[in-house]
Amino acid sequence: MNQAERLDRTFAALTDPTRRAILARLERADASVSELAKPHAIKLPAIMKHLGILDDAGLITRSKTGRTVTVRLSPKPMREAMEWLRRYERFWNTSLDRLTAYAEAKETQARRSDK
Amino acid sequence: MTSLTLVRRIKARPAIVFEALVTAEGIAQWWGPDAGPVVVAEVDARVGGRFKVRFRMLSGSEHETTGEFLEIVPPERVSMTWQWAGEDADPESRIDIVLRAIGDGTELTFTHAQLPDAKTRDGHVKGWNGSLDKLEAIFAKGEAGV
Repeated sequence: MNQAERLDRTFAALTDPTRRAILARLERADASVSELAKPHAIKLPAIMKHLGILDDAGLITRSKTGRTVTVRLSPKPMREAMEWLRRYERFWNTSLDRLTAYAEAKETQARRSDK
Repeated sequence: MTSLTLVRRIKARPAIVFEALVTAEGIAQWWGPDAGPVVVAEVDARVGGRFKVRFRMLSGSEHETTGEFLEIVPPERVSMTWQWAGEDADPESRIDIVLRAIGDGTELTFTHAQLPDAKTRDGHVKGWNGSLDKLEAIFAKGEAGV
């Protein structure tokens, strides 16, 4: 998977409120699958499906000890996604501020010569 | 799909803003992440035409961006592909700029998105906007713990 595909997966995984709630819960501490399912009014297979999507996006890891599956947060893909956003946000915010100043100066000139 | 959207209200008519977006003279005035100068601006503003913009940052480092115009509708809309020149660059992404006349000027909506592949083109964009706050909150905590 290249970086663009990884980012797409990360953002797609984050579009669902149940998955975001799961990530927020894991931010506090690792959890078992049944602990993750408890606050949600959905069945275990649905939770497993959400965990599968989060796992594919690299946002969580799962490890099995006996009959218990422990789920952990894996922050790297999230960090990549945020870096992408931050970098371009800085770039374009500054650029658009300058564009605004330039266009407004041109408008003032144009109005002056209209008169 | 990853995307970034910024909106500006500019006290200038759409035709003036549009010209600043598609002419080398205009682009040279604003393109870049800090107050450093644009040192090269080559712009072939027609569908399929390319642009090359090289800017120098205040730190002295120079960077070049290139792309191809996908859509040009004066004075309403410009779409282009966008990429850093050089190796180890991000993959090609897409920029859409939409201009709308408002009372005292122009509302500019700027979107920088990664070029979507067929699989992600449908459906993800809407959901993404609502995710941003949560993502930032989660990320801020995650970063503190690293």
